[in-house]
Amino acid sequence: MSFRLSYRADPGNPWFSWQYVRDNSDTILAAVREHASLTARAVLIAALVALPLAVVAYWFRTLAGPILALTGVLYTIPSLALFAFLAPYLGIGAITVLSVVVLYALLVIVRNAVAGLNQVPPEVRDAAEGMGYGRWGRLFRIELPLALPGILTGLRLATVSTVALVTVGVVVGRGGLGQLIFAGFQNNFYKAQIMTGTLLCVLLALVLDLILAGVGLLLTPWLRGRPR
Amino acid sequence: MNPIGAAVTWLNDPLNWTNPGGVLDRLGEHLSMSAAAVLLGCLVAWPIGLWLGHTGRGGGAVVLISNLTLAIPTLALLTILPLTFLGFGRPSVVVALAVFAVPPLLANAYTGVRQVDPEARDAARGMGLSGGQLLRRVELPLAVPYLAAGFRTAAVQVVATAALASFVNGGGLGQIIRAGFGLDIAAGGGQILAGGLLVAVLALLVEAILALVERVVTPRPLRRTRGRREPPGGGRGGRQLTRSGTPGGQARSGTWKRTVDR
Repeated sequence: MSFRLSYRADPGNPWFSWQYVRDNSDTILAAVREHASLTARAVLIAALVALPLAVVAYWFRTLAGPILALTGVLYTIPSLALFAFLAPYLGIGAITVLSVVVLYALLVIVRNAVAGLNQVPPEVRDAAEGMGYGRWGRLFRIELPLALPGILTGLRLATVSTVALVTVGVVVGRGGLGQLIFAGFQNNFYKAQIMTGTLLCVLLALVLDLILAGVGLLLTPWLRGRPR
Repeated sequence: MNPIGAAVTWLNDPLNWTNPGGVLDRLGEHLSMSAAAVLLGCLVAWPIGLWLGHTGRGGGAVVLISNLTLAIPTLALLTILPLTFLGFGRPSVVVALAVFAVPPLLANAYTGVRQVDPEARDAARGMGLSGGQLLRRVELPLAVPYLAAGFRTAAVQVVATAALASFVNGGGLGQIIRAGFGLDIAAGGGQILAGGLLVAVLALLVEAILALVERVVTPRPLRRTRGRREPPGGGRGGRQLTRSGTPGGQARSGTWKRTVDR
């Protein structure tokens, strides 16, 4: 009985503690900053590579199969294995994390962008051709705008999964918030630290997702008010 | 020595395979915990998904669950669950992996029932089938391709994620990679690469085998359109689909019909 009481009185290991957050605000902010910057850079690089790839897959139907198959195979490879492939060459550090994360984001964006481009109605394409649009004009004025919902879906998915994936970077010591979570686990399973890292991760994903959703609304005014 | 040479050397050492904690041990752990997780995921997700699809409600919840789990880092679940009542060891790892198996299973079960032709459903009702009979005899068989696709997506994902169990010493092939990183990159580069290779090959093998299984269990009449319709679970397609469109039957049956026509 007394044992039980003393156990309960133990201040011990709460699931969340503002005290911890206050005392370690510098560390936490640094982790958030690293996480956010890794995510932003990764999605940006991935988008810059993925969109041209998607357009190539869209224009040359024969290349679409191989490109999608390759992205599918790459997507099947576990993240830890990808880290294992790259780390011996790129070393321990942010470059390795960035490369892995970019690869995954790339696949998601390419798939969704191709799907978006393929959903452009053939009639619209024909009409554009009849109006004298060339290949590039049609791409930039007609097809890419119409594919925007698909592209944005890809970007949002890529961002959210990138936020989660960056945490695996602890394997090379650059996991952003993952570093916080993992350190909490190793420091006598300090729950408050693990929980703070996790919550901030989910929060970051949510905030970035909302930002992208807002950008999407601004970019596609013609979809507003239409029942989805 | 360059990492590839070191990896080949590592893989060629029989002791690395047969030692306690060697490749064979780790492979067994990896497969058993993945199987348990997928089984658990199926037990939870399929009944719920089929029922939601049957009643046509809860589409929003399915999407919400898919999106939420996408945002939760695997590492977080793996480290949090051992600290709850599940305790350290295998159960918490299996539950953590099962959580990530649920969304593709759930979404595909739901979609699979929703995409059933309303005419077939009406005909069955007209023949006097009750709700339960309709689900069992009409909707379930017609949803099998989707269930199989969801199973494949979930299983591949679990096998891939199981490598991360090594972060909490949960066993599995990821343990080899982690041990390699522990050695330092110069000394452990070969082992890291070898472990990565094993994990990747396993994931691709599971994907290939389950693709075959998927084809076998899909009834012949439903097979024709295979690969041409929007894949219910190509890669993590199941998630993408639920995310982009409404999960209601309308949009989906539209795409379904169009792709079949082509």
